[in-house]
Amino acid sequence: MRFVENPVGKKIAMSVTGFLLLAFLFIHLIGNSTIYLGPDGINTYAKGLHSLPPVVWTFRIVMLIIFALHIYFGIKVTLENRQAKPNGYAISKNINSTLSSRTMIWTGLIVLAFVVYHLLHFTLQVTQPHFITSKNLDYLGRPDVFKMIVLSFQRIGITLIYAIGLLSLMLHLTHGIQSLMQTVGLNNERFMPKFRLFGLIIAVFLLVAYLSIPTVVLTGVLKA
Amino acid sequence: MDLNLYVWRQKDKDSQGRLEQYKAYDISPDMSFLEMLDVVNERLIKEGKEPIAFDHDCREGICGMCSQVINGVPHGPQEKTTVCQLHMRHFKDGDTIYIEPWRARAFPVIKDLIVDRSALDRIIQAGGYISVHTGGVPDGNAILISKKDADTAMDAAQCIGCGACVAACPNGSAMLFTAAKVSHLASLPQGRVEAAKRVCMMTEQMLKEGFGNCSNHYECEAACPKGIKVSFIAKLNREFIKAQF
Repeated sequence: MRFVENPVGKKIAMSVTGFLLLAFLFIHLIGNSTIYLGPDGINTYAKGLHSLPPVVWTFRIVMLIIFALHIYFGIKVTLENRQAKPNGYAISKNINSTLSSRTMIWTGLIVLAFVVYHLLHFTLQVTQPHFITSKNLDYLGRPDVFKMIVLSFQRIGITLIYAIGLLSLMLHLTHGIQSLMQTVGLNNERFMPKFRLFGLIIAVFLLVAYLSIPTVVLTGVLKA
Repeated sequence: MDLNLYVWRQKDKDSQGRLEQYKAYDISPDMSFLEMLDVVNERLIKEGKEPIAFDHDCREGICGMCSQVINGVPHGPQEKTTVCQLHMRHFKDGDTIYIEPWRARAFPVIKDLIVDRSALDRIIQAGGYISVHTGGVPDGNAILISKKDADTAMDAAQCIGCGACVAACPNGSAMLFTAAKVSHLASLPQGRVEAAKRVCMMTEQMLKEGFGNCSNHYECEAACPKGIKVSFIAKLNREFIKAQF
């Protein structure tokens, strides 16, 4: 039997791709945080990034493959699990499972929908045709990414979409991180509560860090 | 005490089952849960009705035969206890109790509360044994095993194969059962020889039998009457990773 068909193999594939996606979240956050340096910070970062197309495109393609594999295995595992438990109990009780563990497929699908929106919004810029960064340059002739972000998050609806996406991500990671440790075999009785706490801390940190940007824009701390 | 029971009744594997209501009268708090069902069955027999079919054997909590989900919890509300060792003192007069069979695709209901758990036997047949030639009976302590390894193996060997882990798992996965068997043998030198082959064969058989995948809900650990820890699943995962190299 092939590795990816084995019940443990599938979960290891999910864990490894999940870990790489988690690593990407930190890299992306470092890039995003240049917004706190003002227009010069994020516009310089964006211009620098786009001046290296082979690197950017290789990175994007690799991330897309990792993301697609994570989704594929997530859906496959969920469908197999549903088939394995076709009938529930008249009375059901959850003792150890959590809201986060029971909603992985749903939070995962919300995050997928959010990522699609996020790419349409800031990467392809099709959701806001009135402001395209290639046509709106800053005083140094760079695409004005700073202004695009600030104008977007000043709209409550867009901030709300980001909040929902990021909350789903937090819920997904709360179970995902500690589950990853178990699946790759790093868990034991002593470390289990520590890994749970670690997962929760990372998930909340990423939520607060990512959500800080729309929050500072919406509250008027960052202005275009 | 008097109790209000809702019991799953199903004529055979191919019939549609349903919950039926029964009354249990004059139940002593010192009775075990199975003895309470015996009392209900005696009355049903006297009334010319079909008694409730349920699995049981040793009634000492070690054979792994009793298999009932009581109010949504496999083996009932008392931790680390099989149904046969669950006593009626844990219930109150007038309580309503739902009694259902283990539910999983790999455990088809044969009749009422009895399910076919032979899928677990086939997981064992796939690799849960040692076939290396160990020669004649060795002298005691000829093969030294550390206390830590011996304890791990004994903790894993506590599994009685009742299937409560599968019943409790939202995914119908037999991962805790398989992990206990894999860990038990992999912790001992005699079992190490075939450890790599064993973990692959047993997990593959789990899939073939229609059990789900483990997604680390850990409901299995809460339901296990022998307190098998999910850390054994992490050990199985380590064994599987090692087996790839």
